[in-house]
Amino acid sequence: MVFTDTVIKMIIQGFYDTLYMTVVSTLLAYIVGLPLGIALAITDKKGIKPNAVIYKFLDLVTNIIRSIPFLILLILVIPLTKLLVGKSYGSSATIVPLFIAAAPFIARLIESSLQEVDKGVIEAAQSMGAGTFSIVWKVLMVEARTSLIVGMTIALGTILGYSAMAGVVGGGGLGDIAIRYGFYRYQPEIMIVTIVILVALVQALQGIGMMLSRKLDRRKLN
Amino acid sequence: MMESIIQVKNLSKTFENGVIALENVSIDIHKGSVFGIIGMSGAGKSTLVRCLNYLEKPTSGNVIIKGNDLEELSSYELKIVRTKIGMIFQSFNLLMQRNVIDNICFPMEILGISKKDARKRAKELLDIVDLSDKEKAYPVQLSGGQKQRVAIARALANNPEILLCDEATSALDPNTTKSILELLKEINQKYQITIVIITHEMAVIQEICTDVAILENGKLVEQGSVTQIFTAPKTEEAKKLIFQEDTKVLRMQGEHCVRVVFSENSAFEPVIGNMILQFKTPVNILLADTKNINGVAVGEMILQLSEKEEVAKQMIEYLKARKLHVEEVYNYGVH
Repeated sequence: MVFTDTVIKMIIQGFYDTLYMTVVSTLLAYIVGLPLGIALAITDKKGIKPNAVIYKFLDLVTNIIRSIPFLILLILVIPLTKLLVGKSYGSSATIVPLFIAAAPFIARLIESSLQEVDKGVIEAAQSMGAGTFSIVWKVLMVEARTSLIVGMTIALGTILGYSAMAGVVGGGGLGDIAIRYGFYRYQPEIMIVTIVILVALVQALQGIGMMLSRKLDRRKLN
Repeated sequence: MMESIIQVKNLSKTFENGVIALENVSIDIHKGSVFGIIGMSGAGKSTLVRCLNYLEKPTSGNVIIKGNDLEELSSYELKIVRTKIGMIFQSFNLLMQRNVIDNICFPMEILGISKKDARKRAKELLDIVDLSDKEKAYPVQLSGGQKQRVAIARALANNPEILLCDEATSALDPNTTKSILELLKEINQKYQITIVIITHEMAVIQEICTDVAILENGKLVEQGSVTQIFTAPKTEEAKKLIFQEDTKVLRMQGEHCVRVVFSENSAFEPVIGNMILQFKTPVNILLADTKNINGVAVGEMILQLSEKEEVAKQMIEYLKARKLHVEEVYNYGVH
């Protein structure tokens, strides 16, 4: 019997750990990624406050972090993780690299969402005397709402995937269980169960995100 | 001399890519007028209107709004000036995620007006633009004309003294265009708001403008009152624009063609009839039309006069003596 009480308990715990890592690191990443994404969008040469120096700097930093493969980043930041969390394994420790990888990714998603906003609407706001702050919060963030929510759904799905990858270095959560039991102990049943749960989780997140974005979109009739 | 509200002095605009959009343009817009700026696409009219509220910063020259040179204002002062200049656009540019009333409240939100007062004002405006029943609708549920009405209401929210219209009717069908132009006219007369209209259609200018400036390739080619320019266009560009709708007119290669413009008080005498009787020579009427210029019916006729040089000359003199505007035309109405 593979699925003993202990295993089931462990899988439930793994589910919670995965959810915890994903949600907390996404939130943290948004705290940094949102202002970064806004800054990228507005300092771009087609943005509302073009600034080549700031844009190039932010663009470079974002690209550098984004180009490090997550598995390598995971190992690279171990000293920092140890410093912040006190240990380099377990779900809390995994939040550190997840956050570092997710923040620039989220910034890019936000940048591209904000760039989709009709330039004419921005111009109209400027013609009314709106300043940068008003345009960002009352025009860009509102008009791009649907796309921002879709972006968040994508971000959650990607970070969930990354969190499972952290299982390789004992990152905790469902990915960790899948690797330890399915790979190291030849118990594919457990691996399949964790995969099914992960798939269901991604589906659920995707479903909720899409429903929300559709519900909040006023550009469709009815 | 009427009071100027917008003065543009020697304005030039060259874009970063080297394209010269405007070259040494000077115009003077009087308070309370409906000023049309007409030109073919690419003539620089959209750039010019954007210079009036500094959405586009001129390369050189000055824009003076009510005595304030925009060049000398701080970015904060510029924003304050902009709140007194409404603007509407060809593509309406409404906030798609806000409903009608929230769109109208938007400029008041920017000014920090309380939500309660803003709503109250928005309802008045909805009444003015005749859309009171669409308060809660979203832009996507509205027709083009209705969207432009919302945009007009929004532009009027902060009681502007100037309303800039950038091709505001170009995306609308003829009937809707008419109703929007009527609304603009009403706004101009009722609230004494100076209106600047950018268009490529002479019909729009004829319908509501009091004054007009003609732009071609970034240069101002002619400006004056609409009646004056319509009756006696001086430049080729002006003629081209005035005749642009007469595509039905074929190339008139015959000799001694004249364009005669009748003003309202020349209808008492049957001028053409009398002329034919006097010279005992028939004339060929190639075109006759009445246009509504600013609410005044103005007749336009193109005549082919006698083939005899001498008689044709005398006929022109005859018409001129009756205070009609007469002008010889060659290859009239060609496209």
